[in-house]
Amino acid sequence: MVVELNNIDKDILDALASVPDPEIPVINVIDLGVVRQVKKVNKQVFIDLTPTYTGCPAMDMMSVDIKKAIDALGYETFVKLVIKPAWSTDWISEEGRRKMEEYGIAPPLEENLDKRVLLDGESLVSCTHCQSTNTKMISQFGSTACKALFKCHDCLEPFDYFKCLK
Amino acid sequence: MNDKLYKYLLMLGDNSMILGHRLSELCGHGPSLETDIALTNISLDLFGQVRNIFQYAAKLKGANTTEDSIAFLRTARQHHNCILLEQPNTDFAHVIIRQYLFDAFQKLQLENLCESADDQIAAIAAKSLKETNYHVRFSAEWCKRLGAGTSESNQKMQEALNHLYPFSFEFFEQNEIESEMYSKGIGPDLNRLKDIYFSQVKTLLSTAELNIPDSPARHTKGKSGIHSEYLGYILSDFQYMQRVYPNMQW
Repeated sequence: MVVELNNIDKDILDALASVPDPEIPVINVIDLGVVRQVKKVNKQVFIDLTPTYTGCPAMDMMSVDIKKAIDALGYETFVKLVIKPAWSTDWISEEGRRKMEEYGIAPPLEENLDKRVLLDGESLVSCTHCQSTNTKMISQFGSTACKALFKCHDCLEPFDYFKCLK
Repeated sequence: MNDKLYKYLLMLGDNSMILGHRLSELCGHGPSLETDIALTNISLDLFGQVRNIFQYAAKLKGANTTEDSIAFLRTARQHHNCILLEQPNTDFAHVIIRQYLFDAFQKLQLENLCESADDQIAAIAAKSLKETNYHVRFSAEWCKRLGAGTSESNQKMQEALNHLYPFSFEFFEQNEIESEMYSKGIGPDLNRLKDIYFSQVKTLLSTAELNIPDSPARHTKGKSGIHSEYLGYILSDFQYMQRVYPNMQW
């Protein structure tokens, strides 16, 4: 997803890219697609941030971390939460999906495939440990609202799957 | 107008808040680790949705109103949730039936609210609907699994349904404020949703091998602030910190 940028220097983007998702620390807020707009007016920076899930407790922490990172460059930063248009897993960058998988969370499938996995119990999600698709959903809700819990029938290890949200 | 819209927002929000609290009571007490985590995740989503609604309501009300003052400082009579949502977590069957009866309604309501003439309500609904789609999948799946499970699980589900189903009619008892919201294009026509709802519920319950109880609708007035005794106990727990330490913050 493309972030709308107005009058932004590279140092501000670098600072944003240094802020991790507290729940999935290998992914930064740009990769996650939650930063929607960044605007610089003189020494003030205005950022629109969108929540992944409405109740996600990580959002408040992300706002604070973003403000801290950009304030450190000598700006005054204002972070605003916006909910429209609603966040979609399509906004996670390719880089973000790759890092997520390396970290042990299977990235979201396309919507139709996601339904076949979660509703009909089909084996389509690749195990993050051994890449086998001989996998089964254990619970629609995992360690956080955005993930489901899976297990692999080949290597017998459990892993998380990031659910498709559109 | 703002007063009525404010009250309408409380009606929308209180359902999610009271059910969210009921589900939070199950944290660490679910029948298995996976269902425990699922139910508390659903609780978290409901609280996220209600925060959006109450933040908007607080803005309309102005003065010193905040999302927290709306959530924590109202008396029982000032709550507008349907009585179904305050029913206790008697057993897992009751938890699942209550959840399904609500999720099926909430999904229909949110789909309609996405088209609301009020932009903020439409935005909140669009965001919330994505989550509610997952909730209804979860509760409908469990209805089928337990209803069409063993004779014991079927019996427990049927008992829970017999008890809770009559409360579901309250969703559609369109009051004055809801009628006005409908006429202004802000809220849905509940009379129209009623037929769709009960036809969907009947289909699911028949797949789940459960019988629709023939007990009549319970005439309840939760939406206008008259509640069962359960709500007082819920609020004494839910509001405890704000009442004992006024204005405390995390």
